[in-house]
Amino acid sequence: MAVTVKKNPGDIIFSALTTAAACTVIVLVIGIVFVLVRESSPAIEKFGVIQFLTSTDWDPVRESFGALTSVYGTVVTTGLSLVMAIPVALGIAVFITEVSPSFLKGPIGIAIELLAAIPSIIYGMWGLFTLSPIMGAYVEPFLKRATADIPLLNALFQGTPMGIDILTASVILSIMIVPFTASIARDAFNLTPDVVKESAYALGATKWEVVKNIVIPYSKIGVFGGMLFSLGRALGETMAVAFVLGNNHRIFTSLFDSAATITVTLANEFTEADKDIYLSSLFYLALVLFVMSFVFLAIAKFFLARAERRAAR
Amino acid sequence: MKRMVMVAAILACVLSSGLSEAAERLNGAGATFPYPVYSAWAFEYNKTTGVQLNYQSIGSGGGIRQITERTVDFGASDAPLTPEALAKAKLLQFPAVIGGVVPVVNIAGVKPGDMRLDAEAVAKIFLGEIKYWDDGKIQSLNPKVKLLHAEITVVHRSDGSGTTAVFTEYLNAVSPDWKAKVGAGTSVKWPVGIGGKGNEGVANYVQRTANSIGYVELAYAEQNKLTYTLLKNAAGAFVTPSFDAFEDAADTGTFDPKNHFYLWLVNAPGKNAWPIAGATFILLAQEKTDANRNVVKFYEWAFQKGDKKAKELTYVPLPKSLKDKIRAYWKANGLQ
Repeated sequence: MAVTVKKNPGDIIFSALTTAAACTVIVLVIGIVFVLVRESSPAIEKFGVIQFLTSTDWDPVRESFGALTSVYGTVVTTGLSLVMAIPVALGIAVFITEVSPSFLKGPIGIAIELLAAIPSIIYGMWGLFTLSPIMGAYVEPFLKRATADIPLLNALFQGTPMGIDILTASVILSIMIVPFTASIARDAFNLTPDVVKESAYALGATKWEVVKNIVIPYSKIGVFGGMLFSLGRALGETMAVAFVLGNNHRIFTSLFDSAATITVTLANEFTEADKDIYLSSLFYLALVLFVMSFVFLAIAKFFLARAERRAAR
Repeated sequence: MKRMVMVAAILACVLSSGLSEAAERLNGAGATFPYPVYSAWAFEYNKTTGVQLNYQSIGSGGGIRQITERTVDFGASDAPLTPEALAKAKLLQFPAVIGGVVPVVNIAGVKPGDMRLDAEAVAKIFLGEIKYWDDGKIQSLNPKVKLLHAEITVVHRSDGSGTTAVFTEYLNAVSPDWKAKVGAGTSVKWPVGIGGKGNEGVANYVQRTANSIGYVELAYAEQNKLTYTLLKNAAGAFVTPSFDAFEDAADTGTFDPKNHFYLWLVNAPGKNAWPIAGATFILLAQEKTDANRNVVKFYEWAFQKGDKKAKELTYVPLPKSLKDKIRAYWKANGLQ
């Protein structure tokens, strides 16, 4: 059915403006990739892809650069923070959607949003001045003592507990991503049709059984996507961890070691990178992070889209 | 329509005032270390002359790049550029103010100035070769201090910085071992230790970690009442990090206008000279523009009137002999 509507000029201008606005996003992304590739090309030429990604050397004086220590630090801190954040976030989401009396839902929701709104530099300063001394003086010595006789576990808690290490950084990161994971998980849980839940209650299921057998199976793909989103967020987090990680380019085995992540390296070294190949290597590192985040976000999108399709059916 | 006209009028006013001011505005960018003193000078200078000096502390690397591309009127760098690098980018260079780096320790019972160290001891501690405070080397330097068998925790900067450059240039100059294994630069591959971000990070870690040693700028050591150590200088004397010791270092350092004052002010020969000092430098384009002359005017004013302010902020003003050399350098390059 073809209906021709005479367009008035306002409509044309409006649609042109919004199209232009939408296009800026695409232009920006392409521009960023272009700049990253162009600026890192001297380093790509000098170190290649495989060598750069597998070399643990990061020596500005001898101009020898490799990404493995930073990538390793990024992956470990991110993974560890997810392990700590996800149980708490799921607990929050279950509480809000299933357990909480309705008068509590608002305040808790607001508290989560406030937590998400705190600028990351504040987490960083809080981490440096408050959390790190507590970790170094109480939490880490306790962990060391508690695991001293357990093989494998004691290797994770080796060395002098200083509070400037992987563990402290991961704790800060996990606090930062809890609100994200919680709100995405809450939305995923809300996609469970009430009819199904009510039927289960009608059959005499307890709250725990409903959550375990109905809500979680129904929303697991969405929750998984939410975790990947948090992962993307944790990957790129800079200021919260820059103060407590030490920027130490080393492959570590103990959680009490200081380390470097890609963003921490960039934040610490960019301003004073005085040699061309040094600067170029930092851009190369940024490119690696860009690709990593892009891949994780693409996977997250894929799962979230599948979850929504399933819910719609 | 009326509103549009008004907006246009306001815009025109803003633009034209911006243009008329342009002649009396100087833009600089670079090192973070001298930022407090440059901005204090700029404030005073603006009050007396009306000229606005806008200094952005984006880091030495950024300062060098911006002046090389001529996007600012002057750049500032904590590390001097070599004469070759200056020639390549067609730049001039002169020192503006001097700062120093001070080793600080946290050992129970040791007060500021109690601990004596020499170049070899500092290099070996930062190389990880001296691991305990009661090491024979440290004990022999400090016969009066009671040292325990406690493990040394080394604290260094985690971010790239001029402070690290000065400190590692010192270690490079005094220890062939350090030169071979680590080298000098704004950030290096540290053999041992933990990294703190900024002077405040290092100061914080040293203060709360028992048996640690770190290095910070003089101003930080003073303001935070950190336990500084004495250092043995090139003349063989143990010196306290004080204004006099830094001035002596600047006086006896061989700044040479012929190679654009390229000098790391470490291990200066003066009897009372503090061994780890460094000048921070101003970079100018070689072209003899008005902007260049105005930058020189500003620093001439700062050399005459700015010493008191610099001292208040714990920077060491240049000694008179060096200022005269710089003035001659300006004249020779047609900037004054």
